Amino acid sequence: MTLDPRKKQELEAKIQSYVGVESVVGTASDLVNEPMIRHWCEAMGDDNPAYLDPNRAKDSVHRGIVAPPPMLEAWVMPGIRPEWTLSVEELEAQGRTIHKQAELMNVLTEYGYSGVVGTDIEHGFERYLKPGDQVSATLRIEDVSEEKATALGIGYFVTVKRSFRDQNGDEVGWNRFRILKFWPAEQPAAASNDAAPSANPTRLQPPRGHDNVWWWDAVDAGKLLIQKCDSCNTLRHPPRPMCGECQSLDWSGVEASGKGTVYSFTVLHHPKFPGFDYPFAAALIELEEGTRIVSNVLGCDPADVYIGMPVQVSVEQVDEATKLPIFRPVK
Amino acid sequence: MSFETRKWNQIQVGEALPELSFDVDTTSIVAGAMASRDYTPVHHDRKLAQAQGLQDIIMNTYTTQGLVVRFVTDWAGIDAVVKHMKVKLGVPTLPGQTLKVNGSVAEKDESQGTVLVNVTGTNSWGDHVTGSVTIALPKGA
Repeated sequence: MTLDPRKKQELEAKIQSYVGVESVVGTASDLVNEPMIRHWCEAMGDDNPAYLDPNRAKDSVHRGIVAPPPMLEAWVMPGIRPEWTLSVEELEAQGRTIHKQAELMNVLTEYGYSGVVGTDIEHGFERYLKPGDQVSATLRIEDVSEEKATALGIGYFVTVKRSFRDQNGDEVGWNRFRILKFWPAEQPAAASNDAAPSANPTRLQPPRGHDNVWWWDAVDAGKLLIQKCDSCNTLRHPPRPMCGECQSLDWSGVEASGKGTVYSFTVLHHPKFPGFDYPFAAALIELEEGTRIVSNVLGCDPADVYIGMPVQVSVEQVDEATKLPIFRPVK
Repeated sequence: MSFETRKWNQIQVGEALPELSFDVDTTSIVAGAMASRDYTPVHHDRKLAQAQGLQDIIMNTYTTQGLVVRFVTDWAGIDAVVKHMKVKLGVPTLPGQTLKVNGSVAEKDESQGTVLVNVTGTNSWGDHVTGSVTIALPKGA
């Protein structure tokens, strides 16, 4: 299940208020040092003498040992017990505070968007760090997206830029992370044996193949498309490779106006499949463009649906894993 | 690896860099996570990773970045100065896979003395990382 609209509005107001917010990340607890550099190089299998060999490094453009640039953030990482894993009481007792990105992540987790994955990273390096440098970092939340449907589940993309400075306050580098904070979709379950069954089962996922994935991708993006033959302009649905009129294999997708009428319908009471609210109206909708599509008519009592009823499409999240074009009566 | 410095003048757009092949196991993933001080459980705790729907622990992004930069500096040498890196992350990398990093010179900027290298890191599931690294190099003769 997805959030009810009121909850979702509440969440979105909260998370959007973080856009533009700046926050101190912290100051490195260790000065840039050769042992940590060596451990990094060992893990990466990186033998660059600029990081490891004082003599060769001295004769290079670096004029001595330097830290590998992608280590930049490692210097200010919070260690084994990050602030955001501590309770309010623990934070107070330890005199620590939680930065704004962590606070935002916690808000999303609280509302069910518990998954997190990095999607894009950008780094700018102003100068290489040398042993003895002390790094500190601040961050700015640049963007929080609208809710997006992704392969991992529905979620929000959060873009955060960090700025790193040395002991003199000069910028040594920056990075920008784009993170997807998502509501995990049903997994093919590596660990489902111990996990409790989901309280809100999702519907069977529509099969997506070479010939129809474009149509479902458009649905995920909130659009209802109709396939149009490029040779004779005949419209067709559901998506298939060949035009039934002229046998052409050339086609394109055109966006439907979303207006239509109920061509036929039936009301389902039984058997009850998980993920549906019974009874509901399964209807064949005739789109104003002329093609027909099977969907549901929601937004009225199923008993009030009639043949010829004017309806309008809206692409809706029907459960946490599924978006569908749904039709509602035109008032 | 000699780490002899490549000179800006010697480099041709289109030049392919030698492949970096990195055998990934639990130890290397955990080592990379610890070296970057990243204690997020999915990078060291298999049970927890599986509870989140993953097959196994996954390589952390700092290790990915470390390998992308290593791929470029292995080729460019000790005097290369990394200026910028921009990557998109794809499929995760798990123990038992081999991460193969490849790339080639896409652009040269004479006024900056920089070279932009396009990089792709793939494993048996597909593209793990794609992007670019910009380095500055000595001009050369």
